[in-house]
Amino acid sequence: MKATVLVRPKPGILDPQGEAVESSLRHLGFAVEKARVGRLVELEIEAEDPARARDELERMCEQLLANPLIESYEITVAP
Amino acid sequence: MTERRPKIAIVVFPGSNDDWDAALAFEALGAEPALVWHGELELPRDVAAVALPGGFSYGDYLRCGAIARFAPVMAAITRFAADGGLVLGICNGFQILCEAGLLPGTLRPNASLTFACRDVPLVVERTDTPFTSRCVAGQRLTIAIKHGEGCYFADEPLLSELEANGQIALRYEQNPNGSVAAVAGVLNAEGNVFGLMPHPEHAVDALLGSTDGALVLGSLVDAARDRALALV
Repeated sequence: MKATVLVRPKPGILDPQGEAVESSLRHLGFAVEKARVGRLVELEIEAEDPARARDELERMCEQLLANPLIESYEITVAP
Repeated sequence: MTERRPKIAIVVFPGSNDDWDAALAFEALGAEPALVWHGELELPRDVAAVALPGGFSYGDYLRCGAIARFAPVMAAITRFAADGGLVLGICNGFQILCEAGLLPGTLRPNASLTFACRDVPLVVERTDTPFTSRCVAGQRLTIAIKHGEGCYFADEPLLSELEANGQIALRYEQNPNGSVAAVAGVLNAEGNVFGLMPHPEHAVDALLGSTDGALVLGSLVDAARDRALALV
């Protein structure tokens, strides 16, 4: 089963990477007001059904893929 | 017995690069360093303290320290800390202790996004800890930093808790990386685990510009010796 996990810096958390991207884009002439940089993890996992896959992915996020103190995550399981 | 050298375990992760510096510093300060591979399931017997050195464990992939915290030896270190054992994390070691939940908060990319590598002035906030007992209150130390991800973060409620408990033992005089409350080093609530971004092991010989790091590591050697004697 294919899945993606999108990990983002939580709102209000300083994101220097996003700021650097934002200012670079502005330098290139794009009218960018804000950029935040996160991380996309693509996974192929063994699971009986999407619900179980989602449970597994939740645990992966809590244990390793995201740091709940500073990051939020969004799980998508391909149908 | 005063000559007894307490054994201090220095954990070697794939990508650690200050392990030998830490070993040499502890040896010069009267301890017996023991390098311990991250794959070990147990710490050597009669270890009086554990140090996690600087470096780039597991390539710093995902987040600094995020993968190292699952190294086999970390379970033994967690048990050691839970028993009141003394644990010090320097730079990457600090990041690992935060990811492992042995220290509060986390470390993020420097606000400047640049790697910071220079001597920085620090202020000692606590002297009644096993890591700062050789310092005097308010003492100014000069110790080198060298990190890209040393921006300490704790949210508002956690930060007020840390301030109220006096867990911020070391602060930057001039914040080099955007850390909240200029935190350079933080203790756990029990006071037996300490992490700091500056590198005391690089400041134990006048040849390298400062010997202030010896105050921090020497404090730990003193505490480790007391603990080793108490365990005999």
